[in-house]
Amino acid sequence: MKIRIKDGRVIDPASGLDGVQDVFIAAGRIVALGQGPADFHANLEIDARGLVVCPGLVDLSVRLREPGLEYMATLESEMRASAAGGVTSLACPPDTDPPLDEPGLVEMLKFRAKNSPGPRVYPVGALTWKLKGERLTEMGELHEAGCVAFSQTDAPMVDTTVLLRSMEYAYTLGFPLWLRPQDYYLSREGVVHDGVVSARYGLPAIPVPAETVALQTILLLVRETGARVHLCRLSSRAGVEMVRQAKADGLPITCDVGIHHVHLSEMDTADFNANCHMIPPLRSQRDRDALRQALKDGVIDAICSDHAPVDDDAKEKPFQESEPGATGVELLLPLVLKWASETGMPLAQALAKVTARPAGILGVEGGVLAVDGPADLCVFDPQAHWTVSPGTLLSLGKNSPYLGMELQGKVRYAIIDGHLDFRDGH
Amino acid sequence: MSANLQLTPDGRLRHLLTLEGLPARILTQILDTAESFIPVGERELKKVPLLRGKAVFNLFFENSTRTRTTFEIAAKRLSADVINLNIATSATNKGETLLDTVANLSAMQADMFVVRHASSGAPHLIARHVAPHISVVNAGDGRCAHPTQGLLDMFTIRHYKGGFHNLRVAIVGDVLHSRVARSQIHALTTLGCPEVRVVAPKTLLPRDVDSMGVHVHHKMETGIKDCDVVIMLRLQNERMQGALLPSAGEYYKYWGLTPDKLKRAKPDAIVMHPGPMNRGVEIDSDVADGKHSVILPQVTFGIAVRMAVMSMVAGSGA
Repeated sequence: MKIRIKDGRVIDPASGLDGVQDVFIAAGRIVALGQGPADFHANLEIDARGLVVCPGLVDLSVRLREPGLEYMATLESEMRASAAGGVTSLACPPDTDPPLDEPGLVEMLKFRAKNSPGPRVYPVGALTWKLKGERLTEMGELHEAGCVAFSQTDAPMVDTTVLLRSMEYAYTLGFPLWLRPQDYYLSREGVVHDGVVSARYGLPAIPVPAETVALQTILLLVRETGARVHLCRLSSRAGVEMVRQAKADGLPITCDVGIHHVHLSEMDTADFNANCHMIPPLRSQRDRDALRQALKDGVIDAICSDHAPVDDDAKEKPFQESEPGATGVELLLPLVLKWASETGMPLAQALAKVTARPAGILGVEGGVLAVDGPADLCVFDPQAHWTVSPGTLLSLGKNSPYLGMELQGKVRYAIIDGHLDFRDGH
Repeated sequence: MSANLQLTPDGRLRHLLTLEGLPARILTQILDTAESFIPVGERELKKVPLLRGKAVFNLFFENSTRTRTTFEIAAKRLSADVINLNIATSATNKGETLLDTVANLSAMQADMFVVRHASSGAPHLIARHVAPHISVVNAGDGRCAHPTQGLLDMFTIRHYKGGFHNLRVAIVGDVLHSRVARSQIHALTTLGCPEVRVVAPKTLLPRDVDSMGVHVHHKMETGIKDCDVVIMLRLQNERMQGALLPSAGEYYKYWGLTPDKLKRAKPDAIVMHPGPMNRGVEIDSDVADGKHSVILPQVTFGIAVRMAVMSMVAGSGA
């Protein structure tokens, strides 16, 4: 398959490239930018006038809900939704049923993903058996089966000794740990930020120290062990300041934030909208502003969708009984554009947070647009407006805080490994 | 928050879910309507035909004797047919979802649901899903709201103090877990009470409680000083010892309302309690049964207030 993308505004955050030119693709690679090879005959020409051509998005957290949670969504549906979101590589967390704690499960997932159209799938293995926080998994075997990192996802790690040992062991084998800082005891009953909304509506709270106490423990153990740790889903201003200091001290850490936390705050939970029930909770506007600042100055490296499709039955419940999480992989790009336009962030820098930076954290190809690089691209219309609705989302999870709202920026084409895997309107 | 959900397009009460966001006009209208129902309870024949032929379902997902009984009495005095469902022991235990339960009961031609639920926001969820002719009255949801209790407390205060504009009111005790306190705070601030205080140890207060427009006090001595109204909150048994409080005894010593502490309040202060009381924990018997106490009148007024609410929401669709 040879593809020529004509006359688009080509942006590659990694190299600083930004200009109108053509992109030539053959055999899964980008073969030329600007001027095509003399003998290039495209099977497919994409007219990209007025569109932006950028590296395909790399999403650090997309739940495909397989194995075991097919009543929420399926691997096929969420792969399709991811492609529609311009995502060409994704990491899927191990919080499946059973969790990704055995090589066989990971191999099956990789096999299924490879045979479905859609993004490259990079499983994150369970850090402990059944995610119980007690016994280490066979990280070496899981890595050979395809796991790129190890994580507890949202499952608690109550025993600090297990955390220390897991860092030592992962360090030994050179694997990164992806850890979301949340103290079990300080968070176990909570569903919202310990703030104005919790005070008014009596919803059980998760205080900021749930994040900072856990973060402090992780950072001290990183200092002790030298383990490489990626911190997932920061939510608080105080947490951001701790990461800022730790990075300044030279600790081997990176961190991300979920896209909804870049925009929403606890006030959005004020009408008991279960689609705003998320883990970590949406915090105060001050916290949200600190997350934005940290993205701007580089303390937060990447933005992910933290895609969590949830079936309607699990959401149509009183807030505190509802299943947490929001569908998001199809909103990642428009919400990144919205954040960029609201903060005056140059487009290329904004896109770096969902392309080159997360690819670097994953340690995989992609996230860049370069000759001889993989042909993973996203072509989007930065001007197009669309309304988020159950009908416009391909994901089986319709649980979006943005339902009924209009967003700007629509993916028109997603090219993955040289194949046109998504074409808007087809 | 739920003002739109609670009101009809022309501004009448459609559901009663929370007192937050309801205009003072509506709150006053409820109190005035309740006033007109007081004589009904004093007559030989304690009935009016306002809800004749209407089916009121008491949907209690959480146990309650007092609130359910007063709602039942109120509905019967309005001539409604009352069906009591103790769901805590039936349908949802068999795995039925809240909305399925409500849909099934709606199919039995319900006109009104009186809902108590352990989760904040459950009545809101039901109100969003019921047919247009069905009204929802919140009889207590999680820690969020207990609007009829808040209203009967306002009725009591107005009855004894004549209004709200010159009052200093102290709410003492477990505000953190109290839906009653939240409803009282919303009502008092809406009705123009210039100073609402909460008095409790930090473990029993929401972190940002001051954002609700109240003054925070930790000591009883300063907290109830010069107050016109002292509202004591119930302390749940399971919270009397553990990480929130070391013991019921120590709680009583520092935050229990004794005759001695009550001297700090104004000489004509009234003492209220939503019940059921823990004598010797949050309140001394001498205070509970003393001349400042209006705790039993609160219960009587509660019936008139619930009649007012039910008649108003039932009339909103007509």
